[in-house]
Amino acid sequence: MKKLPEKCRLLAKLFFTMLYISAFTFGGGFVIITFMKRKFVDEFHWIDEQEMLDMTALAQSSPGAIAVNAAILVGWRVAGFAGMAAAVLGTVIPPVAILSVISLGYAAFASNRYVALTLKGMQAGVAAVILDVVWSLGAKELKTKSPIHLFIMAAAFIATFCFGINVIFIILAAGMVGIGLAMGQKKREGPEK
Amino acid sequence: MIYLRLFWSFLQIGLFSIGGGYAAMPLIQAQVVDGYAWLSLNEFVDLITIAEMTPGPIAVNAATFVGLRIAGFGGAVVATLGCITPSLFLVSLLSYVYRRYKNLRVLQSVLSSLRPAVVALIASAGLTILLKVVFNGQAMAFASIDWVGVGLFAAALTALRRFKWSPILVMSLCGAVGLALGVLTGS
Repeated sequence: MKKLPEKCRLLAKLFFTMLYISAFTFGGGFVIITFMKRKFVDEFHWIDEQEMLDMTALAQSSPGAIAVNAAILVGWRVAGFAGMAAAVLGTVIPPVAILSVISLGYAAFASNRYVALTLKGMQAGVAAVILDVVWSLGAKELKTKSPIHLFIMAAAFIATFCFGINVIFIILAAGMVGIGLAMGQKKREGPEK
Repeated sequence: MIYLRLFWSFLQIGLFSIGGGYAAMPLIQAQVVDGYAWLSLNEFVDLITIAEMTPGPIAVNAATFVGLRIAGFGGAVVATLGCITPSLFLVSLLSYVYRRYKNLRVLQSVLSSLRPAVVALIASAGLTILLKVVFNGQAMAFASIDWVGVGLFAAALTALRRFKWSPILVMSLCGAVGLALGVLTGS
């Protein structure tokens, strides 16, 4: 158990590091994890490289925002429950503050002709950004050449786009297929030694 | 009551968006646009645009934006809490399980089946936005095609895929061109 002032200093460092990273990283979860690695692994030596890789995999595969998940994992690892709370607060405060300001301004500005024209132009850009991501992700799935995965992809698309089936049901169904496949695989391989 | 509804709505978004970032988008659309009509489709697309241009996870950005508009600052806090609550429990649990067993085979198998579904859901949300851009939010007919939008989209996709420009640069340029053309044509 560390002495109290030292622990406070550690928590403050964790909080302000996450606050700084969160306020200045554009471009989503993967970018923020790269910055976290640079700080916590390379600079502070709080976590070793392999552990950071494992945490990245866990953060990506858990529900919720990758940045928040990574903050939870690093926080627990560095300073237990208090560390987790400090890291999550640091991660969440910048977007909440920035979006609050924008949200208050949005009501006033969106009716302005020039702002509306700019936003409309940007909507075309955002459609391209999203479909560019879909293109890359979809190509990766096609490369697996797994008939089950291709079937899931096609079925999920038809279910949501053509029939408007609830997104949550689609995710649950795909998860079920995954559990079934894992159990089938286990049976085929026989009991573990 | 509105706080409870916001919390519950964003709890579902946090719980079922697996794979980060864009995975949250179809869920936000389902809850906020299709479910409760807290935002119009146009406001939703603006929100996604703003979320792309600002730091922070899309889900947290959306929670703050929607919460604040529906129920003031308290709403923003409640919605944000809702969307991180599933992570707080599940990630803490997973990190414990992982440290004990170091075996994620079942989890990995579930994830590899989820991934194609998530890609399909993002594709569907992206197409909804594209259709909104192309037809200007009107019925799908040749006469209602917005050719400026189509041109901007094609140019943006080319810049992203062929020339690997950064998304923020591409979106800013789209905004600037949209503004300039709008002012010039006086529309």
